[in-house]
Amino acid sequence: MRPQLVETELGNSRVQAGEGASPVPDPAGFGVYVHWPFCKAKCPYCDFNSHVRHAPPDEARFIAAFRREIAHMRALSGPKQAQTVFFGGGTPSLMAPATVGAILEAIDAAWPLTADAEVTLEANPTSVEAERFAGYGAAGVNRVSLGVQALDDADLQGLGRMHSVAEALAAVAIARRAFGRVSFDLIYARPRQTPEQWAAELKRALAEGCEHLSLYQLTIEPGTPFERLYGAGKLILPDDDISRALWDVTQEVTAQAGLPAYEVSNHARPGAEARHNQIYWRYGTYAGIGAGAHGRLVVDGTRRALFTERAPEDWLARVEAHGHGIVSDEALSAAEQADEMLLMGLRLKEGVDLARHARLGGRVDEARIAALAAAGFVTRTGDRLAVTPAGFPVLNAVIAQLAQ
Amino acid sequence: MTATAQKNIRNFSIVAHIDHGKSTLADRLIQITGGLTEREMTDQVLDSMDIERERGITIKAQTVRLSYKAQDGETYILNLIDTPGHVDFAYEVNRSLAAVEGSLLVVDASQGVEAQTLANVYQAIDNNHDIVPVLNKIDLPAAEPEKVKAQIEDVIGLDASNAIGISAKTGLNVDQVLEAIVTRLPPPMGDRAAPLKALLVDSWYDTYLGVVVLVRIIDGVLKKGQRIKMLGSGAVNDVDRVGVFTPKMVAMAELGPGEIGFLTGSIKEVADTRVGDTITEEKRPCADMLPGFKPAQPVVFCGLFPVDAAQFEDLRAAMGKLRLNDASFSYEMETSAALGFGFRCGFLGLLHLEIIQERLEREFNLDLIATAPSVIYEIQMTDNSVIDLHNPADMPDVVKIEEIREPWIRATILTPDEYLGSVLKLCQDRRGNQIELTYVGARAMVTYDLPLNEVVFDFYDRLKSISKGYASFDYQITEYRAGDLVKMSILVNSEPVDALSMLVHRARADARGRVMCEKLKDLIPQHLFNIPIQAAIGAKIIARETIKALRKDVTAKCYGGDISRKRKLLDKQKEGKKKMRQFGKVEIPQEAFIAALKMDE
Repeated sequence: MRPQLVETELGNSRVQAGEGASPVPDPAGFGVYVHWPFCKAKCPYCDFNSHVRHAPPDEARFIAAFRREIAHMRALSGPKQAQTVFFGGGTPSLMAPATVGAILEAIDAAWPLTADAEVTLEANPTSVEAERFAGYGAAGVNRVSLGVQALDDADLQGLGRMHSVAEALAAVAIARRAFGRVSFDLIYARPRQTPEQWAAELKRALAEGCEHLSLYQLTIEPGTPFERLYGAGKLILPDDDISRALWDVTQEVTAQAGLPAYEVSNHARPGAEARHNQIYWRYGTYAGIGAGAHGRLVVDGTRRALFTERAPEDWLARVEAHGHGIVSDEALSAAEQADEMLLMGLRLKEGVDLARHARLGGRVDEARIAALAAAGFVTRTGDRLAVTPAGFPVLNAVIAQLAQ
Repeated sequence: MTATAQKNIRNFSIVAHIDHGKSTLADRLIQITGGLTEREMTDQVLDSMDIERERGITIKAQTVRLSYKAQDGETYILNLIDTPGHVDFAYEVNRSLAAVEGSLLVVDASQGVEAQTLANVYQAIDNNHDIVPVLNKIDLPAAEPEKVKAQIEDVIGLDASNAIGISAKTGLNVDQVLEAIVTRLPPPMGDRAAPLKALLVDSWYDTYLGVVVLVRIIDGVLKKGQRIKMLGSGAVNDVDRVGVFTPKMVAMAELGPGEIGFLTGSIKEVADTRVGDTITEEKRPCADMLPGFKPAQPVVFCGLFPVDAAQFEDLRAAMGKLRLNDASFSYEMETSAALGFGFRCGFLGLLHLEIIQERLEREFNLDLIATAPSVIYEIQMTDNSVIDLHNPADMPDVVKIEEIREPWIRATILTPDEYLGSVLKLCQDRRGNQIELTYVGARAMVTYDLPLNEVVFDFYDRLKSISKGYASFDYQITEYRAGDLVKMSILVNSEPVDALSMLVHRARADARGRVMCEKLKDLIPQHLFNIPIQAAIGAKIIARETIKALRKDVTAKCYGGDISRKRKLLDKQKEGKKKMRQFGKVEIPQEAFIAALKMDE
């Protein structure tokens, strides 16, 4: 048995002479991400690691591989408790409930789940998948995130989705019976969408009464069919002014409904935030299991960025041969950690703790903070730096100003 | 090798327009006479700098000594001087031509005579050359040798009846060229017994040998161990080594009258050797200097600043090294409120400027910001003093100025008839006065007087673009004339950016200011606030644009799997920022300084 490691963020200070602060416990928690890399079809806007296969994958073989990789990651991370588990994809709702249950068992054996652990599964809101919701609940899933994407049948088709609005809303209702906590995604700033149309659609979504919504502006990702259409001028997106108006109406409508933004694109009733994602934004540690999964683990006092093989079959082969699918394992420098913390933390309404940022080795330009604060884009209260409602829609430019 | 009987020496150069095949012909001559083995032949042997090869131009004069057994059974030494072909180096061309007795006039058999051909062939005629016309690329389907021959006779006034049609590329008839050099060009004159008298043709810095001086012996003998004197500069040096280029450097015991070769010695810097100077022996000097000597005069100036202020010392060192090899380039330190520490540099012309900038960036790995090129203005002050203004930022208070004079050029442009209208409009727009308009076959030849400051930035680019590359252009500086010139400032977010200020003619100021503001609007990225861009003369705003504040710029999704990618993106942004200059609250990309000045008209 390895000696128990104290989780520190100052691992790198051993290397960096002169920073004699004492180790500080990770303030942001630990979670486990599980990637299921298959979809029934690729959506034309999506650049995630998902693959379409004619034959269904051999789930038993995957379970065995997941078990081995979990054991390997456990050896790297040392003993800890898992506060959250997140099944993402791909489409994890294509897995049999028993598969989800077997993976959760393996995770619990490696990193015992805390009593109040949040276990989320991403699901497509089709009737076929909704039939499995009860099974996932029985296997231990207590939160579901549904890819509804739009409440307009024509737009759903344009986005390449395989469900109708009616089917999706039926799935939401089933999910609300099966799980304590339900969230769903919508994509806005779609072609020709006006702020008025979107406000109406959003109000209809809020009327479903879910505790959490993820509202993403449509983004053209490199390598996707949408990028080719966009490049060829066949996909016209709202210009910056409309995009901003859509953003503004989103903030207004969700706040009025009691689900204000707590992150750039995530809205929740207070207390109903996605705890797993908060680990990312608060720059905690997490193990990434499965094909193309990213992890951030503190190993022997050093924060490492881990990444596994993306192609499912290659990942399987690697795990079966070596016990893990890691293809990239990079020790993060102090400056990289500080950048990552800022990049993620400023997405949250609560902002970042600059004292922690400094402990990681980060530096900020006080004059720039003061200028951004004077212009109304950020606020500074003691060590806490947070972005204002005026700053969020231009967050990338704000971060670029702050990062040194 | 030994000295060759004078009657068996032929010295020649090749006069041609860029791309008409000068370097290819030179390569072929070297190959046929066996100067280099097949293995040693690289394309365009004589253009040794990367930039020379890529741009197809010759910057430094180079020479090669060929040994040729002629049909009369005798072996001849043929010395070829390859001259810089561009107007920026007109003086160097002239000195190279002065070093030889004859020229091959190479004209592309499909393109015909170009402006540059004319300028250089007239220089050759001025230097009393015998000229052998050569029509290159006659193997191409578009070749019209008879038409081009007629053109040579009409335009240049040379007998083209015995012009040689060749293909330098395939080697077709190149042997006839060699034979013509022997039979149609004269041997050099010169008295071996007279005191040493040699022409300094060019010089450069060699890492191993120090300064290498290219010389043409007129009278007397140049030997190792001699103490030589340069009559123009007065410098005295000991000769360590003499030799010739085959094109490899080969040491010789001596160089006699008519020979072309090199010397090395105790010379420290290229700046100590002036092109056109007369070299003689200190203890037995020749009576008089060779005519035509004049020191290099920079005509175009611009500021060069490191993008990264930390590279200033590297830039200084790099300029020192380049100057070792190029005495015609000058620099002195300059401080800009906008750009920090840098150098004000003087160049022979725009091509020279571009070459130096490119070499600094490429050979010394520097990122540079170049400010608007400027000419030298003569400022007549009210107290009767005259100031040479190299930098618009140094412009004195207008109330103390009596008048401003600017340099004018006489430009010769040859263009296919169909583009004549556009060419004339361009010249008129640039304040030109038409002097002459004639026809050369199907092409128009226009002569214009133009202010150099209208030409200095992008005239040549514009000319090429409106004529689809067919117009050719050459110029010489003629005189200074008084002009109604004003200083135009550019204000970004209400702060003047000194590096963008320029002197313009009053009548052109509004248009210029408008274009500059429009360009800067596109070149400066959106910020978190509105940025006014203004052009002003004194306190009067003559043009204005606004860069609207950023409205929406946020990544929609960012989860655990996205962090690495977003961090790398941020790193790239940081790198990009290093290429920006901060002016007050505004960041301006380095390329904006030059790009803002381009007029799309």
